[in-house]
Amino acid sequence: MRGIVVVGNGMAGSRLVSEVRARDKKARVTVFGAEERAPYNRVLLSNVLAGTTRADQVRLHGPSWYDDHNVTVHLGTEVVAIDRETRCVITADGGRTPFSVLVLATGSEPIVPAVPGAERAIAFRTMDDCERILAAANAARRAVVIGGGLLGVEAARGLAGRGLPVTLLHLKGHLMDRQLDHEAGQVLGDTLEGLGVEIMTGVTVTGITDGKVELTTGHVEADLVVAACGVRPVTALALDAGLHVERGIVVDDEMRTDDPAIFAIGECAQHDGQVYGLVAPCWEQAAIVADLITGADARARYRGSRLVTRLKAKSVELAAMGETHLTDADAEIVRFTHRRGGTYRKLVIRDGRLVGAILVGDPATVGTLTQLYDRGGPLPADRSGLLFPGLAGAAPVSPSPVRMPDAAQVCRCNNVTKGQIRACWEAGARDVAAVAAATRATTGCGSCAETVGGIVEWLCEQEGASA
Amino acid sequence: MSFSLSAPASVMSPLPEGTATHCPYCALQCGMHVTQTDLNQAEITPRDDVPANQGGLCQKGWTAGALLRSPHRLTTPLIHGKPAGWDEALGYAASRIARIQDAHGPDAVAVFGGGGLTNEKAYQLGKFARVALRTSQIDYNGRFCMSSAAAATNRAFGLDRGLPFPITDLGDAGAVLLAGGNVAETMPPFVRHLNPAGLIVVDPRETPTARLAALHLQNAPGTDLALALALLHIAIADGHVAEEYVAARTTGFDAVRDSVSAWWPERAERVTGVPVAAMRQAVAMLAEAGNAVVLTGRGAEQHAKGTDTVTAYINLALTLGLPGRPGSGYGCVTGQGNGQGGREHGQKADQLPGYRKIDDPAARAHVAAVWGVDPADLPGPGRSAYELLDALGTPEGPKGLLLFGSNPVVSSPRSGHIAGRLAALDLLVVADLVLSDTAELATVVLPTAQWAEEAGTMTNLEGRVLLRRRAVAPPSGVRSDLEILSGLAERLGRGGSFPADPRTVFDELRRASAGGPADYSGITYEKIADQGGVFWPCPADDHPGTPRIFLDRFPTPDGRARMVVVDHRPPVEDVDADYPYYLTTGRLLAHYQSGAQTRRVADLTEAAPEPFLELHPDLADHLGIRPGDMVRVTGRRGVTEATARISAAIRADTVFLPFHWEGPNRLTNPALDPVSRMPEFKVCAVNLAVVGGGR
Repeated sequence: MRGIVVVGNGMAGSRLVSEVRARDKKARVTVFGAEERAPYNRVLLSNVLAGTTRADQVRLHGPSWYDDHNVTVHLGTEVVAIDRETRCVITADGGRTPFSVLVLATGSEPIVPAVPGAERAIAFRTMDDCERILAAANAARRAVVIGGGLLGVEAARGLAGRGLPVTLLHLKGHLMDRQLDHEAGQVLGDTLEGLGVEIMTGVTVTGITDGKVELTTGHVEADLVVAACGVRPVTALALDAGLHVERGIVVDDEMRTDDPAIFAIGECAQHDGQVYGLVAPCWEQAAIVADLITGADARARYRGSRLVTRLKAKSVELAAMGETHLTDADAEIVRFTHRRGGTYRKLVIRDGRLVGAILVGDPATVGTLTQLYDRGGPLPADRSGLLFPGLAGAAPVSPSPVRMPDAAQVCRCNNVTKGQIRACWEAGARDVAAVAAATRATTGCGSCAETVGGIVEWLCEQEGASA
Repeated sequence: MSFSLSAPASVMSPLPEGTATHCPYCALQCGMHVTQTDLNQAEITPRDDVPANQGGLCQKGWTAGALLRSPHRLTTPLIHGKPAGWDEALGYAASRIARIQDAHGPDAVAVFGGGGLTNEKAYQLGKFARVALRTSQIDYNGRFCMSSAAAATNRAFGLDRGLPFPITDLGDAGAVLLAGGNVAETMPPFVRHLNPAGLIVVDPRETPTARLAALHLQNAPGTDLALALALLHIAIADGHVAEEYVAARTTGFDAVRDSVSAWWPERAERVTGVPVAAMRQAVAMLAEAGNAVVLTGRGAEQHAKGTDTVTAYINLALTLGLPGRPGSGYGCVTGQGNGQGGREHGQKADQLPGYRKIDDPAARAHVAAVWGVDPADLPGPGRSAYELLDALGTPEGPKGLLLFGSNPVVSSPRSGHIAGRLAALDLLVVADLVLSDTAELATVVLPTAQWAEEAGTMTNLEGRVLLRRRAVAPPSGVRSDLEILSGLAERLGRGGSFPADPRTVFDELRRASAGGPADYSGITYEKIADQGGVFWPCPADDHPGTPRIFLDRFPTPDGRARMVVVDHRPPVEDVDADYPYYLTTGRLLAHYQSGAQTRRVADLTEAAPEPFLELHPDLADHLGIRPGDMVRVTGRRGVTEATARISAAIRADTVFLPFHWEGPNRLTNPALDPVSRMPEFKVCAVNLAVVGGGR
């Protein structure tokens, strides 16, 4: 019997299966995963490396999930070919599984630096990689992470947090150059150095030997080398099947390849020229394909995603979104830098909308900015409030009894103003109990007792002063 | 600002103590004395022997006496708006009921009750529907109030009692997380039990309660569930799982743990707008507090996913090992005066007295025996509140409605539509003490006695059954709800089974509830008076009641709490280009529910005379709205107008309307929670336009 077949059980593939089951309890679903493990949350591997999350806490589905949800799963099984004539996928052992709908979620693979000794480096992509790194870290004295992108920074921070001296090598002039401008990259580097990560930018690795990483400008000693040099989409299966592949498997707004029965989602897919490497777009795509193939919403379409990068590294707060590289010449830029304090905040505004932002250091406004960026909401004329929460329109601090106007409400529960308290004091009430008996102030939640006491005291002092 | 929460000075009245009773309004049921003065006015003074209020009262409580002698009181029945005698009015209503049922069957007449009715009235109303009218069509406004929390707690714990512990336990908790509640306005003396240094408030508005708190998580409307899932994710990742407790007292943890692995905090930050650091701080406060309590209110519950949101907060509490541990736990903050008792004794579409299920054969047999009828003659479950109101006057729906203690023209979602449904009825009978917005549409209006004019029991937010005593005589010309039901039953040929005396009804309720989850069989008026209230369950005459349930086991088949996998989903109606702002609604300190009572008390209307639209200065700037401008708020279901009040206390993407007046609920979304049938009151999409300059 034909059904929905999913190739790939990573973040995108496993999500698709969940989304299909959430919409349709009956559809026949078969999923192939190359890894032996039940699907896990790859986003959290940096936390596992850092030791802030245990390996058993990142599972997305437990072992019984597939039985409970009537999904056929083949773990540790690689699909080697798609037979488009007979509408079957073929596994390494020659097994054929027919499909009515095929979803490719083959993900991506790490790029290995093309240098001698590259095999000595451990990639940082899977749970197996993570376990190999951790095993090596136990015996290692010095580590090098090659690649100062998001994953490399998280890996370096994680290893340093385990007490291992770490050097982070980056080809470009500053860390996370895709997301950050130069100054933000510098602040991030400073922060990491303060946490025990040595930073070397603008360096090119020429080889890896036993105990050393060779650079054009010298070498760095290391008995553990982690490679975080980016990823490339896994497209061989699609290419062999004759599907249209450029950098990724080319799909339309329905996430359909040029074969209408075959979809592609996640890091292997290329939509509107873009290949996405973050989980949020992959999950949006999974929801759309689930809508379409279950018939839950035949009009569902994918229109691209807005990218928000959020670093997960202990004591390093960083968020970056949208077009962060624009300058004053192209857009309205609002910026605050305090390099010594590890703080950098930049807003990029065009046509009154937030189109990009960088926050390094304590990002108290990150939630607000992310939502303004995602939704294109209107911005306040005074931009400072977007960088410094509470600065614009801040509630007044506790007013002193002297400055408080007579109309100010003191007791909310009983709607009593300072003027009423003054009047009752003038009528003879000389303590909180007497004011309460006359006005009911303080008799609700009780929180204003101190303020009422302060007003009575002040009025008594005034009397003493003028007497 | 720093606050002292030590007990305020005593404010006992110089008058001799009057009748000891409780406030007519919210579920805190503050203790008060009512004293009739020479001028035939009722003086209110707070009681300091009631733990809930400890001698405190808010402005609503202090001024409650004004309603007793309000010039707005109805004192004569009305038929089509014209004064009529009681015999004539009851006879007219009964004959029209009979005619409708003869023509269309028993379900053609419906009953709608309220969470403010005493236990005796709620019980009698349910019995009246099933025995006198033999209709399945009964539900009540508590569906709009507590139903999501009730569904979630029943699912998790096997029992729903708002607070499963005395309210004074909150004072011993090192941390309290309150999701979607504004107790500083809705029930101010509640705040006396909270320690601000350990208080965490989740609310899209910086409410007076949020201002008291050590930590405020200001989430986008409709994202409470994502936030709760992320808090649980953090609790697990940071090693705060109460392993032994989870192993011994819960089931389902592994699947829940796997499911929240998809809700890492950075993902939830983007959905909720709450910074990750604040989420982590909240979890650390709860986990490191020693005793901790998680509470939910309507802000988290009144959504089409409210049951799942409460479930997610219960999962968090269970993971931290809180429920069933003295001084810790999960609770919901009940809203209406008898919101708790009102959901236990049979005015809910799917329930029989004692919190029994109407489709359970054993429950039907027990209750039918108490009622002296054949179990087969008891109707089955009927429509939920919104579905019932929505069906009124349609070909398949009821043609007649009897309404007690509710004002759906103001309080139901999509209220403009509901007003139309009510107008399409052949018969609308409304029992109320004033001519409420809904009573204005009625065929027959029956003037009723109120709170201090009649006796009865109320079950407060703690599950403590309290005695409401008669303190003053009702005005001549009004009757109690129980007398009205008795009179109607007699005219429908069911006389004798519907006594009008509250104590007699309560004794029958005790028998009907015996053996049920909410067992009142050992509660008497005397025991309530002696003990200052009795916590249910109280299954025997010599049983003292149960202040803390769940200490030894949960009332599920295996004695364990059930953790249930839930997932976030966006608001049913999200913002878009046409309706770009979220609307959320809520309560003000000076008013209660639909305002039918409080809008007729001069001190309260002076404090809060009219609805207003609260919006952020950034949004006001963007739209050119100045303070005091009249603003038209337009949604997909209706339009209302309100005066602009500009405040940085609200998110810039959200506006707020208080719901005590007819208008705001014309806009709210009747999309229903699939489990609890709770409408999505708390979030819908609107647009704004200035229609008039400031005054």
